[in-house]
Amino acid sequence: MAVQSMSGTGDLGEGTGVVPDAPLLEVEDLFVEFHTRDGVAKVLNGVSYHVDAGETLAVLGESGSGKSVTAQAIMGILDVPPAVVRSGAIRFRGEDLLKVSDGRRTELRGQGLAMVFQDALSALNPVFTVGFQIEEQLRVRLGMSRKDARKRAVELLDLVRIPNAARRVRQYPHEFSGGMRQRAMIAMSLALDPELLIADEPTTALDVTVQAQIMDLLKELQVERKMGLILITHDLGVVAEVADRIAVMYAGKIVEHADAVSLYRNPGHPYTAALLESLPRLDLKGTELKTIRGLPPSLLAIPPGCPFHPRCPMAEDRCRTEVPGDHRLGLGRTSKCHFAEELVGRV
Amino acid sequence: MSETVSERAATEPAPGEAILEVRDLVKHFPVRVGVLFKHVIGQVRAVDGVSFELRRGETLGVVGESGCGKSTLAQVLMRLEPPTSGTALYKGRDMFAMRGAELRKLRRSIQIVLQDPYTSLNPRMTVGDIVGEPFDIHPEVAPKGERRAKVRELLDVVGLNPEHINRYPHQFSGGQRQRIGIARALALRPEIIICDEPVSALDVSIQAQVMNLLGDLQSEFGLSYVFIAHDLSVVRHLSDRVAVMYLGKIVEIGTEDEIYSHPTHPYTQALLSAVPVADPTVRGQRQVIRLEGDVPSPVDPPSGCRFRTRCWKAQDVCAEEVPELVTRVAGHPSACHFAEERSVVP
Repeated sequence: MAVQSMSGTGDLGEGTGVVPDAPLLEVEDLFVEFHTRDGVAKVLNGVSYHVDAGETLAVLGESGSGKSVTAQAIMGILDVPPAVVRSGAIRFRGEDLLKVSDGRRTELRGQGLAMVFQDALSALNPVFTVGFQIEEQLRVRLGMSRKDARKRAVELLDLVRIPNAARRVRQYPHEFSGGMRQRAMIAMSLALDPELLIADEPTTALDVTVQAQIMDLLKELQVERKMGLILITHDLGVVAEVADRIAVMYAGKIVEHADAVSLYRNPGHPYTAALLESLPRLDLKGTELKTIRGLPPSLLAIPPGCPFHPRCPMAEDRCRTEVPGDHRLGLGRTSKCHFAEELVGRV
Repeated sequence: MSETVSERAATEPAPGEAILEVRDLVKHFPVRVGVLFKHVIGQVRAVDGVSFELRRGETLGVVGESGCGKSTLAQVLMRLEPPTSGTALYKGRDMFAMRGAELRKLRRSIQIVLQDPYTSLNPRMTVGDIVGEPFDIHPEVAPKGERRAKVRELLDVVGLNPEHINRYPHQFSGGQRQRIGIARALALRPEIIICDEPVSALDVSIQAQVMNLLGDLQSEFGLSYVFIAHDLSVVRHLSDRVAVMYLGKIVEIGTEDEIYSHPTHPYTQALLSAVPVADPTVRGQRQVIRLEGDVPSPVDPPSGCRFRTRCWKAQDVCAEEVPELVTRVAGHPSACHFAEERSVVP
């Protein structure tokens, strides 16, 4: 598992608890709560997933399912308080990020793991040039001179295909279009050559033609650099185009985990199945869309048993009382549904 | 054999009569500079010569990327912004010339559902006040004593619990808030509802509920929709006819089948091919037309065809001559000198 190091950023493993054969990132049984005025919101209730180098894991879910909170916990940017990490582990190359010092965290951020945010306009600082914001980390973290950092920033903007990079590097975020800002964010996250990139809804704010450009770019860079990629999104179309594996989240749990082809062809959880059926399609005009009745549960009061049971067409008595565990459905496939085998067997 | 849109409409038997006819609608916003001595240095050509008609009971989808002028079009049709030029006939009468009582009546007939259910509802008003407010402005629709009952009825129609009439918007989820917005739009029994991205802020499972509701209301009340959205799948699902906009102009217009199965304008083709397909087995096999760069600024749009700067078919003529929106191939109008049919949706 060789790590490409384009900018010669040095070895991250020196004198630390890095285990060379461990998966790139492993989240294990993560529980996160938010202590709010109205009570304790159970935002993550035992989330586990892993990503290897060069692999794309898509985390799919609706708003409030906990997909972004997981990412924030991995990056160590949760607002604590109100957030409290109750239990679990986040291992980056075997090293538990929840146990390491703040200094080590900072060291890993950027070089080990980096993140691309959804809203590039608010993620970029409006009073500094785009170049300055890319160069800052190069200078602080790698000790580059201003001149070298500028040169590298231009290269990075070039890499993400921003035309006229040498001129653009001196401009401010407001002078960039939406697509270019997102590219600049990607350039920034790649500056320290991370091994794992977390992209949180990277194209949600963009138009389809620009979305296609950005997804192509991310995919290409990922393959080139053998990066692990966690793509957080609610868009079932984007997921189908790029994901190797998919984790579907609902009410702070991963309800289904499968490779992309199996999940779309033969969903193993009623929630996944319902999501796929409620999607309007480009290739045919339907009459009535299938809907999922009701609303996602409030995280302040998650229903007992299976959290999806009030909305589930298959729900029976045991779903109301018994929390479904992971049902194995073949290689690397799991589903948290009492009737998972039945559901998959139906097709 | 090129016929214009209006000729085509006149010769074809329409399934419903035209309730709204928009002709060469133009909306420019001046770009001003200076603090003390303001002067105009240019025009944002948000809508630049748009023509279409909306028939009774049908849904006209308007698709396009951000900045193509689709929301400005909605504002002009709502008479929230005066047009720079052009006309719109509502049942044969010029909408923009209406004044006084006639204008009040028009405002009852055309309503809007806005995109963001979080900012389009006043947080300090109860649901009852929000949905009932149109009755304060148009008291002739419902006498004071009947208003609460009317509001309850409306809440029931859009699938909300009438008992929640005294709740505030923050007590509702996004999808429910959008239902409140729809109830408000329905209050005055309009004939036309302009839906400006009504489902784009909602989650997939909620989006389907609201789309079904819009469909049900249309058949129940015989509403005509102008359905503005950037999501091509959503537009296909709800629309009878579709107009594709780019930089303030309609580049292609036709029935839902004509646009999705037989697109002829390169922009329509690129737009359709860029939509990700929710099927991992076709990954990499689908032909995707990748457009270069971004949409040019509407302050200084390209000469001739506005799409030519990103078009792979562009030739000299495209820079010199503005392509008319006329039928060249495939039986529906397309504003491209080199229009040809190409199937891009699998």
